[in-house]
Amino acid sequence: MDVGDPVVKLENVRKQYGSFIAVHQADFSIGRGEFFAMLGPSGCGKTTTLKMIAGFEQPTAGHVFLEGEDVSHTPPHKRNVNTVFQQYALFPHMSVFDNVAFGPRSKKLPEAEVKTRVAEMLDVVRLGEFAQRRPAQLSGGQQQRVALARALVNYPSALLLDEPLAALDLKLREAMQIELKRIQREVGITFVFVTHDQGEALTMSDRIAVMSEGRVEQVGAPVDIYARPETLFVAGFIGSANLLPGTIVSSDGGGTRVLLLDGTEVVVAAGNSASSAALSQGNQVTVMLRPEQVVLGGEGAMKVFVTGCKREGAFCGRNSVHALARLCSVHVGRVARNCWFHFYQRRFHRGSAVVIAASSSYPSHQRTT
Amino acid sequence: MTKPHKRFASRPEWMGLGVMVFVALGVVALAAEWVTGAPAIGLLALLISSVVAIIWTAIMGGLDTRRALAPYGLLKPGILWLSLFFLAPLWSMLEMSLSSKKSRFDFFPAFTWEWSNYSKALTDFGPQFGRSFLYAGIATILTLLIGYPLAYVIAFRGGKYRSLLLGLIAVPFFTSYLIRTLAWQNLLSDSGPVVSVLETLRLENVMEWLHIMDNGRLINTPAAVIGGLTYNFLPFMILPIYVSLEKIDVRLMDASMDLYTTATGAFRRVVLPLSLPGIFAGSLLVFIPAAGDFVNAKFLGSPQTTMIGSSIQDQFLVQLNYPLAAAMSFVLMAIITASVLVYAKFMGTEDLT
Repeated sequence: MDVGDPVVKLENVRKQYGSFIAVHQADFSIGRGEFFAMLGPSGCGKTTTLKMIAGFEQPTAGHVFLEGEDVSHTPPHKRNVNTVFQQYALFPHMSVFDNVAFGPRSKKLPEAEVKTRVAEMLDVVRLGEFAQRRPAQLSGGQQQRVALARALVNYPSALLLDEPLAALDLKLREAMQIELKRIQREVGITFVFVTHDQGEALTMSDRIAVMSEGRVEQVGAPVDIYARPETLFVAGFIGSANLLPGTIVSSDGGGTRVLLLDGTEVVVAAGNSASSAALSQGNQVTVMLRPEQVVLGGEGAMKVFVTGCKREGAFCGRNSVHALARLCSVHVGRVARNCWFHFYQRRFHRGSAVVIAASSSYPSHQRTT
Repeated sequence: MTKPHKRFASRPEWMGLGVMVFVALGVVALAAEWVTGAPAIGLLALLISSVVAIIWTAIMGGLDTRRALAPYGLLKPGILWLSLFFLAPLWSMLEMSLSSKKSRFDFFPAFTWEWSNYSKALTDFGPQFGRSFLYAGIATILTLLIGYPLAYVIAFRGGKYRSLLLGLIAVPFFTSYLIRTLAWQNLLSDSGPVVSVLETLRLENVMEWLHIMDNGRLINTPAAVIGGLTYNFLPFMILPIYVSLEKIDVRLMDASMDLYTTATGAFRRVVLPLSLPGIFAGSLLVFIPAAGDFVNAKFLGSPQTTMIGSSIQDQFLVQLNYPLAAAMSFVLMAIITASVLVYAKFMGTEDLT
């Protein structure tokens, strides 16, 4: 996806420590005013990528551009980006005011302007009354907001956030998610957000880069990443998915017919294909089936998608039924939130045959090689 | 079972505090012979019974009472030890500093409110006092200049060798202070290695110009005394600074670089202020003993570099002029206390961390 006016641009960036490659070929742009997330399991290279944008690490190969300027080897204090650190890294010997004023004072702005800027930013994060407190006298959420104000007061080209919510408890995390969005709207600065929490990334971001083992697997809007994952890793990492390998039988304007391993044939509607590459006959593909798309029914009850033999079911969570059905030798897991009452009404039993149907337009497939 | 008296039981911490002060004063009174003979035995009995009373209150009282009394119980051994071996001698020294001798050979000076001891201490030993504080001050600054970078490197760049390097700093403590100073005497002696190296390099003139050498000699100069003090007290500067630096989160430096400071700026605005408590503690640990030191001046100095510690030792052990020696000790104590208070005010260490 192309960004018209990129604030941050990574061009084939690679980072290597000895023989270990932390980041392979990262190549994407982040647009002005975007809320951009880098998502992946720990050790996937997302923090290293962020550090290369901040300037704490330098790329082994490739270039980092900031506002069109190559900053690959510029030290952090000469880059107009600011970071909110994982444990906030507030200066314990300074008041909230002095913490926030640190950046403007480093830039040698006149003290009167420092004062107005800091006061203004403390208002944005709603910490006006706490200016004279020490960080140790604040709660975790308040410290978080001081860290935000300290970075934003410099009006950076981009704000980098390294797992900023990881240290907060669930309630506070949810509140801060909304707060972060509000602040971003208010200041209009590009946010680059590193997280391993997909829920956080999916709800907050405009776009997400999913990373795994140093590779950028996919960059796209949350809805695309969820509904049309480009790689098997993304399909398995985001949400829960049933991945069914098969072979393409035919493909035309009406959709693609895929022969699954057990001999079942399914049709995937056109436009649900994640890959634009040719879906020619004989290609190996994987069909992804999200649990919420799946409906269970008795024989002949609905439009048949796949038939299978249900193995067992169990309640899982508030409103979903964990059903495992044997389908082309694969367990279809976490099926159907809307069929729990079937269990309740004892329409299905362990071992009874069911029909699995896909209710929405979600099913899609990816190429596997 | 009878309950202890209500008033005591409701305020056990007052009882604990009262007994503690009473025991401390009682022990001093006995040791300093304020009370003698039969009253002394009575006082001793009172002391013992007050301790028994508090133990009894603790046993009879509930959990709250015991919890309130516990800190005073834990303080008791320290109080006993310090009142016997610190407070009582301090008192007798104060008494001695206001006593006078009838003749030079009078071994037991009498208490006569002899304030002239103090004026004598100040007038006769002014230069020694001045030198002590000057040498101790210079040694403190030198240990800071040498010790801070060392502590910094160990704390931030030590990696897995941290404990080893810290251990190496403590290694000199394995030998006696006296022996190390005697070794320095050898090193700096006229035929010693340091002088001969300086002579080979033809650096004597430079050293003379820097007032480090005097007439081609290194030993028996002020520089030797200050050098000895610096060497001997260096670990006391390094360790507290290391402790305060080690606590600093290295990400704070990243944060300040991120906020547009250079590495130097980050050090000045973040690391240095956060290590001030260590600098403060280290300077006290060096300055106070260095000001009262008598070993370095004796072995590395000359009569022209005598420090007040040696003079006090001389008055006590050679001249046997106990009143004057005691007065000198009190003057030294007063000056050190005053300068520490001024320093504490100036450094403002009531700050966090």
